[in-house]
Amino acid sequence: MFYCLGIESTADDFSVGVASSEGEILSNVISAYVPSEGGIHPREAARHHVKVAGEVVAEAISKAGISSREISVVAFSQGPGLGPCLRTGATVARAIAHYLGVPLVGVNHCVAHIEIGRLICGVKDPVTLYVSGGNTIVTAYEGGRYRVFGETLDIAVGNCLDVFARRAGLRQEHGKPFGALIEELASRGGEYIPLPYTVKGMDMSFSGLLTAATNLLKSGKYDLADLCYSLQETAFSMLTEVTERALAHTEKGDVLLTGGVAANKRLQSMLRSMASEHGAEFHVVPKQYALDNGAMIAWTGVLAYKCGLTLPIERSYVRLRWRLDEAPVPWVETGIF
Amino acid sequence: MEHVYPGLSDARLLKRGAEACLYCGVWHGRRVVVKRRFPKPYRIAELDKRIRARRTVKEAQIIHRAKEAGVPTPLLYLVDIANATLVMEYVDGPQVKTLIGGLSGERRAEIFTRIGVLVGRLHISGIIHGDLTTSNMILDSRGRIVFLDFGLSERSNTLEDRGIDIHLVKRVLYSTHHEYAEECFSALMEGYAQVMGAEEARRVLEKVREIEMRGRYVSERRAKQ
Repeated sequence: MFYCLGIESTADDFSVGVASSEGEILSNVISAYVPSEGGIHPREAARHHVKVAGEVVAEAISKAGISSREISVVAFSQGPGLGPCLRTGATVARAIAHYLGVPLVGVNHCVAHIEIGRLICGVKDPVTLYVSGGNTIVTAYEGGRYRVFGETLDIAVGNCLDVFARRAGLRQEHGKPFGALIEELASRGGEYIPLPYTVKGMDMSFSGLLTAATNLLKSGKYDLADLCYSLQETAFSMLTEVTERALAHTEKGDVLLTGGVAANKRLQSMLRSMASEHGAEFHVVPKQYALDNGAMIAWTGVLAYKCGLTLPIERSYVRLRWRLDEAPVPWVETGIF
Repeated sequence: MEHVYPGLSDARLLKRGAEACLYCGVWHGRRVVVKRRFPKPYRIAELDKRIRARRTVKEAQIIHRAKEAGVPTPLLYLVDIANATLVMEYVDGPQVKTLIGGLSGERRAEIFTRIGVLVGRLHISGIIHGDLTTSNMILDSRGRIVFLDFGLSERSNTLEDRGIDIHLVKRVLYSTHHEYAEECFSALMEGYAQVMGAEEARRVLEKVREIEMRGRYVSERRAKQ
């Protein structure tokens, strides 16, 4: 039995978790950077990460109830993500690994989302929909990799919702994310206003949808609740359609929903309905593991370490555009997990 | 199966896709294929209706445009927008996919040159088929090659989209008929060049190579990095 310390810092969250080689999550501490206005400024987010890194690492280790000397491997999210944020996490990881004299493992952020979902939900081989502020991907394992069956051609669906919320003058209060505010408003709307629905083959586009919704908002002719309702219905129908195609094509028995947007009840209900039509089971990753988190990096680090995928410090560059389907996942093939 | 579509008898399911179901049967004395886009319960009705109607209309339009461009396609008997249903001619004959192995080299080259001409006619008229597989091409009783299934078709004139279309047919040839793939593909490109001109055909082929390079496990690509 060994322990892995995982560091996540791809975007606005700095998070550290500890996982055991047996698949226990011992701690998962998240510190979010909340911009006073606008979206994530990469440099400001990185500055936040630097400031909290020491505390978050200490808290994760103490909550795990282990001593730092019991850590056998340090994992960090190597990409994809925002450069300054990734580099901050990587620096912290290198320092700790070097100080403890243990190996370093670079983890693909998107792979980690899938792995923690499989672990927590107990699903072996799902079609995964990963939706957040930075990513929109439909993926499933086939022939040695997590293949991308469909993805966004421009902005992520979470980004589309966030920007719309800001343009509508909504404010993040008491840690309630924009997505939750839109969901709340949408539940009060009921009149569908036509918006562009863009599915091209297996890929989706959300930027035209955002522009159209913004224009309708600015026209002042529509109720904000109806706009939120229409925006959600359109975007989530696109996501569900592409997931359905992947499910029909792969004939897998499970659908897994993860990422920050996974918390949305309407998206969950659409996917559940679609999955049941295909006789597949629907799973949603609980919030603390669906958002960006250190535990998923720690657990994926365990898997990578078991396969000997360690990274010498001098080659531990961050990879800003590291695609999900470029990341090796030998533990799936070999049946380690 | 009697209630697949009003007036349709002897209905039989041909294919169940993620989006639509394809049936064959007899309708007003004709052998037909009925393509129905069924409602998706997960979508709200207004949106669902709009999407299915739009895709049905678009498919019908493209089938018609392809005919204008000189590419044989099934005759459309009915475009039922309210029910997102197309009723079209049942094209009798073997799929090109099942023919390939049994042909002489000369006949194979002739057929694939003709396929190349037809793809060229689509592209030059701004149509991207989107699913150019050899099971979507039928050699009918009059000796024509008929293109089927325009469900994924788009209107486009870009080099990228043309490249993707040709890339797909190339991949299909190499994966399902790989012993004849090279000769079939070069015959196809010859026909394609007859319509598009040698220069455009060369540019498309170059694009196809570039698209192949985007693949994840291409050794040349790795070496370049």
